[in-house]
Amino acid sequence: MLDLSFEPPKPKVIAGAKHDWELVIGMEVHAQVSSKAKLFSGASTEFGAEPNSNVSFVDAAMPGMLPVINEFCIAQAVRTGLGLKAQINLRSAFDRKNYFYPDLPQGYQISQLYHPLVGEGEIIVDMEPGVARKVRIERIHVEQDAGKSIHDMDPAMSFVDLNRTGVALMEIVSRPDIRGPEEAAAYVVKLRQILRYLGTCDGNMQNGNLRADVNVSVCRPGAYEKYMETQDFSHLGTRCEIKNMNSMRFIQQAIDYEAKRQIAILEGGGEIVQETRLYDPDKGETRSMRSKEEAHDYRYFPDPDLLPLEIEQAWVDDIAAHLPELPDEKKARFVKDFGVTEYDADVLTAERDLADYFEASVGGGDGKKTANWVINEVLGRANKAEVSPREIVAPEVNAAILEMVAKDEISTKIAKDVLEKHIESGRAPAEIVESEGLKQVTDTGAIEAAVDQIIADNPEQVEKAKQNPKLAGWFVGQVMKATGGKANPKAVNELVSSKLKG
Amino acid sequence: MSELTKLKIAEARDALRKGDVTSAELTEACLSAIEGAGKLNAFVHDTSEIARRQAEVADSRIKDGDAPSMCGIPLGIKDLFCIKGVPSQAASNILGGFKPEYESTVTTQLFGAGAVMLGKLNMDEFAMGSSNETSCYGNAVNPWRRGNDDEALTPGGSSGGSASAVSADLCLGATGTDTGGSIRQPAAFTGITGIKPTYGRCSRWGIVAFASSLDQAGPMTKDVRDAAIMLEAMCGHDPKDSTSADLAVPNFEAMLTGDIKGKTIGIPREYRMDGMSDEIDALWAEGRKMLEDAGAKVVDISLPHTKYALPAYYVIAPAEASSNLARYDGVRYGHRAKLSQGDGITEMYEKTRAEGFGDEVKRRVMVGTYVLSAGFYDAYYNRARKVRTLIKKDFEDVFAQGVDAILTPATPSAAFPLGMEVEDPVQMYLNDVFTVTVNLAGLPGISVPAGTDKQGLPLGLQLIGRPWEEGDLLNCAYALEQSAGFVAKPSKWW
Repeated sequence: MLDLSFEPPKPKVIAGAKHDWELVIGMEVHAQVSSKAKLFSGASTEFGAEPNSNVSFVDAAMPGMLPVINEFCIAQAVRTGLGLKAQINLRSAFDRKNYFYPDLPQGYQISQLYHPLVGEGEIIVDMEPGVARKVRIERIHVEQDAGKSIHDMDPAMSFVDLNRTGVALMEIVSRPDIRGPEEAAAYVVKLRQILRYLGTCDGNMQNGNLRADVNVSVCRPGAYEKYMETQDFSHLGTRCEIKNMNSMRFIQQAIDYEAKRQIAILEGGGEIVQETRLYDPDKGETRSMRSKEEAHDYRYFPDPDLLPLEIEQAWVDDIAAHLPELPDEKKARFVKDFGVTEYDADVLTAERDLADYFEASVGGGDGKKTANWVINEVLGRANKAEVSPREIVAPEVNAAILEMVAKDEISTKIAKDVLEKHIESGRAPAEIVESEGLKQVTDTGAIEAAVDQIIADNPEQVEKAKQNPKLAGWFVGQVMKATGGKANPKAVNELVSSKLKG
Repeated sequence: MSELTKLKIAEARDALRKGDVTSAELTEACLSAIEGAGKLNAFVHDTSEIARRQAEVADSRIKDGDAPSMCGIPLGIKDLFCIKGVPSQAASNILGGFKPEYESTVTTQLFGAGAVMLGKLNMDEFAMGSSNETSCYGNAVNPWRRGNDDEALTPGGSSGGSASAVSADLCLGATGTDTGGSIRQPAAFTGITGIKPTYGRCSRWGIVAFASSLDQAGPMTKDVRDAAIMLEAMCGHDPKDSTSADLAVPNFEAMLTGDIKGKTIGIPREYRMDGMSDEIDALWAEGRKMLEDAGAKVVDISLPHTKYALPAYYVIAPAEASSNLARYDGVRYGHRAKLSQGDGITEMYEKTRAEGFGDEVKRRVMVGTYVLSAGFYDAYYNRARKVRTLIKKDFEDVFAQGVDAILTPATPSAAFPLGMEVEDPVQMYLNDVFTVTVNLAGLPGISVPAGTDKQGLPLGLQLIGRPWEEGDLLNCAYALEQSAGFVAKPSKWW
């Protein structure tokens, strides 16, 4: 496997009134499993359906209904675990987390507290080329989502939509290895990227398909290193959990606010109370979700309706064998095989589809030039139009155009025109070049004639250029203009400079 | 007509196939017996229209020569089973008015085999009780009485309505469910046969859950042969129940040879409880002798953790129940309390559940919530699970030593008067002392009427079998039944 070397980023330091503080952050990301059916029922998971239309008897917790594990959801979670280089537990079990809420029909959520499906893994969180944080994954467990309570449709009544009830979630729990708000956002970005590569979660944060609970604490510089040495949490501060964040921007704002709030309390001689908080993006602050008296006792116990989940190593191996190439490996390969910069490799591997698109565009050609082309010509247009690159131009067209450039048939400038004309008309690049006579003039005789003509017409410029060789560019431009841009720029350059010298 | 209702399932099956009787006739006979037995309060939901329709279909199937074993046989169905379009409320007010849109797997199979449903049967609320007195319909009554004494006795529980109905010949057989003895104890109290199969034999899908890891459905019938026939129709693998076993169902009836020569029967010394009545002790000794006479080798065995079974059961069952019953919240179906101005969701939960659940259910929900709560989980729930493992191992050990079945009393006493133990829940829980071990270990257990006490009340013996060996167990029970020759019937007073 290919790996790029990297250094860890510096932890974010916040200057308090009295001294400096560092941040320690752990994340619990809830990722909705991409699956047609729910975790324990055959009901559809389609987003945006009529309220309460995707609800089976099991989801509605009718009397006597029983859950049956959806094997595909388990395969998706295993795939995710493998993608995060994590331990897959061949024996796991489901537990009930008991609490009352109208959007939780059973009165309990089926989750995995004691024996999760996936154990320890890791994520490399890229910050900038050569700088990345290795974040340890503690576990991934599979659980049911709750439904949706709607309180603002009627002044006197609340409504419940059970469409989401029972949809499979993966809760991906990190160790407290994240050291700043930017890292936290980058962690979610990277995790989302991997999940999308794997096809195990669509990562749509707006629809709530990816939500994060962020655990934040602060400590004095040096304390974290002691924790890392000993894994003893007493070196760290008391944490607060900010629930249900579904935007990278809010995650950063919430962490910033929360860290400052905690520092103010500590420097004022107070103590942090471990609690669950919510971020209010309108006010830009976090606030306590529930008081101690209302603290839930979830009374977890093994779900007696489900036998322990036992999977076979051969099944896991089969899933592993069909895992796609993941972002880190792809990026390293792009750097190594195509000679693209790490930065460009990052851009090109952001989405699996873009990476595939890029590779198809390379064809047999030059990777680095293709990278520039795709990033500058295609992505620029695609981002502006808010469509995918494929909707702008097929990768085979890129390959064809770039091949003509490589063969000196057209210049890079003409190539851009050809692309433009292709986008407008859909005509094949070769046909555009042929029919519009855009083929580069490589006949040095013809170019020489043009150069001679320009020199003859502009004696004053020739004199100036002889004094200042930088002015040769003016002649090149004139020649290009005269040849309709078709002259081979390299040949023009060479001829102009030799003629001016002569 | 009334003679027809006295038929056993096997007899009725043969008569139906011969054309001596029609299912319609049998069904009408049962329906009129039920109508005349209001005092027993065994049937709580009338489904006579369904019964007549099913009987008609059964009769044409029989005529066509397509007559499975249960075809045309009129049954009563415990109210715990969800029946499509029929009130199914687990004898609880909280499910008042609830009519499922689905049909339990067990009843689907019974109806598929041609069985006729006469009505829904009384039971303890959510199957929590040993006397049928926690029912929202009021208690069922035991058709048996002590000599000339007309004091009303309990039919036992939780399947009290099933026991009363079968014992009084209101139906040919009935479904029951058994979480800690709810089939076997009422069977013993009413002089009928009841078997709880191995956990996983019968699908739990569509049966209102009490304690998921312990609940099993089973038949309650007039004799062992009927139990074999009906059990075969009820059980089998169901992919909708993850705990259902993917095992073939043998022809249980064909295994009833009565030959138990060479079988080893264990008598567990720990089941000799302090203060056990002489009558029960004597019955147990008689049972031992009957099996010996039938050619079995009877040995004394030890199941050392027996004494911890009842407390462990009364931690695990309420723990699971407290979670299983959380869904009865007034939001989607069943009872919802009338709310006052300003009441929120918490008030809705509290009022709905306070009104909808009876005292015993509330007690168990509270006990269950307590034993699962932070700080008590290890001391209660986890410890109870460990005990459960040990109890299971006790049985595994004796089976490994070559024991084929275990003989114990079914109950510590004969049926007791209604109202006697309601005020003392712990006394009531002691009724399950011989039966809960079987549920904790997931084993099959059968209660067979084996004699009467001095006052003429039936007493039962329990046989416990190896897991999945219901066929062998039924055959042992059949041999015991033949030796015991129990034929007494309650005299009709209702």
